[in-house]
Amino acid sequence: MAKTEILTGNYAVAYAAKLSRVQVISAYPITPQTSIVEKLDEFVESGELNAKYVRVESEHSAMAACIGAAATGARAFTATSSHGLMYMSELVWWAGLGKFPLVMAVVCRALAPPWSIWSEHNDVLAHRDSGWIIFFAEDNQEVLDLIIQSYRICEDERVLQPVMVALDAFILSHTSMPVSIPEQSDIDEYLPTPGSRRKPFILDPDDPLTHGNLTYPEYFMEIRYEIEKSMNSARRVIIEAGRRYGEITGRYYDSLVEDYRCGDADIVLVNVGSSCGDAKEAVDLLRDEGYKVGLLKLRTVRPFPFEDLRRICSGKRYIGVFDRNYSFGYGGILHCEVSSALSGIKVPIQGFIGGLGGRDITLDDYVWVFKILVDMADRGVEPKPPIWVGLRGVV
Amino acid sequence: MLKQLSWLILLLEVVELSYILPVSKPSEGASGFTGIWRSFKPVIDVGKCRKCLLCWLYCPEAAIKRVGDDYMSVEVDYRYCKGCGICANECPFKAIIMVKEG
Repeated sequence: MAKTEILTGNYAVAYAAKLSRVQVISAYPITPQTSIVEKLDEFVESGELNAKYVRVESEHSAMAACIGAAATGARAFTATSSHGLMYMSELVWWAGLGKFPLVMAVVCRALAPPWSIWSEHNDVLAHRDSGWIIFFAEDNQEVLDLIIQSYRICEDERVLQPVMVALDAFILSHTSMPVSIPEQSDIDEYLPTPGSRRKPFILDPDDPLTHGNLTYPEYFMEIRYEIEKSMNSARRVIIEAGRRYGEITGRYYDSLVEDYRCGDADIVLVNVGSSCGDAKEAVDLLRDEGYKVGLLKLRTVRPFPFEDLRRICSGKRYIGVFDRNYSFGYGGILHCEVSSALSGIKVPIQGFIGGLGGRDITLDDYVWVFKILVDMADRGVEPKPPIWVGLRGVV
Repeated sequence: MLKQLSWLILLLEVVELSYILPVSKPSEGASGFTGIWRSFKPVIDVGKCRKCLLCWLYCPEAAIKRVGDDYMSVEVDYRYCKGCGICANECPFKAIIMVKEG
């Protein structure tokens, strides 16, 4: 029987890694990720988890150690945040472009200056193009479920790419919620035997090989295309892994998106991460008042849920995209992605920016956002540049 | 003659046919005949050579071959020697001189 415990998002990550029987953990502490690796270290020290904990002097080395472990077929795990992720960046790309299946939890935190330890998605989205599968979690249960599923996804022969699970700083990482922890025996059955992976290649002293050597232009593009093929296959593998996970836990994740009352909605807001919970509440509130609104939560940012987005958003009166990130000189990163995915579909798309540096995104904020979208739809006006929600002294 | 060899020597060896990977197996000259990069060539004066094998030990490209019945004589594999001059620098007996390629 699964048991329910009150866990922070960070402990949910640590429990999930333990349930996944990770074999190599290498990480460097950074607020607000620290309690993930502290808890894992406890598990290793107490003998509850049989893993090698590699202490390193930086995130760059942490990812290098995980890549080395993954190259031998071992199940590797790391976690970081914000500046740690940026310091790790070179090796993040190396893992993605080199097809090293491993899992990393990223506790999303704003980049300085000004110094901040609170949530913002720019750290993860800066690695959007690095060949990693990127999940955003809404609550601590989803955090635990995603980490476990990520091992099944990344070690699948059709994928073999690393996976990043993003959770919002403090809102998830340090907030306690009831989390159902599956039985170890169920997860043992759900995941492949740790260390049994032999693809895409394995480092073996008895059969040596060189990986990632200088590659002339004649061969380079095919290697890149191989990653794109894996990303495309990942769409199906993620859904299969989510369905199978539902069979053993009762929690089904059978789509790259979560469609919350979008079916008959006129207005749909696209969002990722923890604030989807507030947005759902706003949807319920406005539905009671007679507004036909819905929320479309993207579970993955890579691979991008292109088909789902086009299917759900076509025929709507107005689409809003809420970004907890910003690309200076353009707008919200997801707004840009959604707009490109919906090209050819005649629907106006308005961007909203909010929650930067951990600014609260409240229920009232989402009600305000939905009402602006309703108003714009009623008046038939064209989308404006992104609207900054709750910006003091301007709006 | 070496310079006429094509660069189209297969760099990559695809280990698993189902994946295209940047993976190569250790083999002689996996990057082709790199001797064509050379602008100076080491020439060994066999008369001065005392068979100490320091050139063989120091050559970063393993382009010094041990030959002869006792494998104690040396010669340069010009297919792969890039002409770095380390052997000439290390030779205690000045038995290797660097000659500009023609």
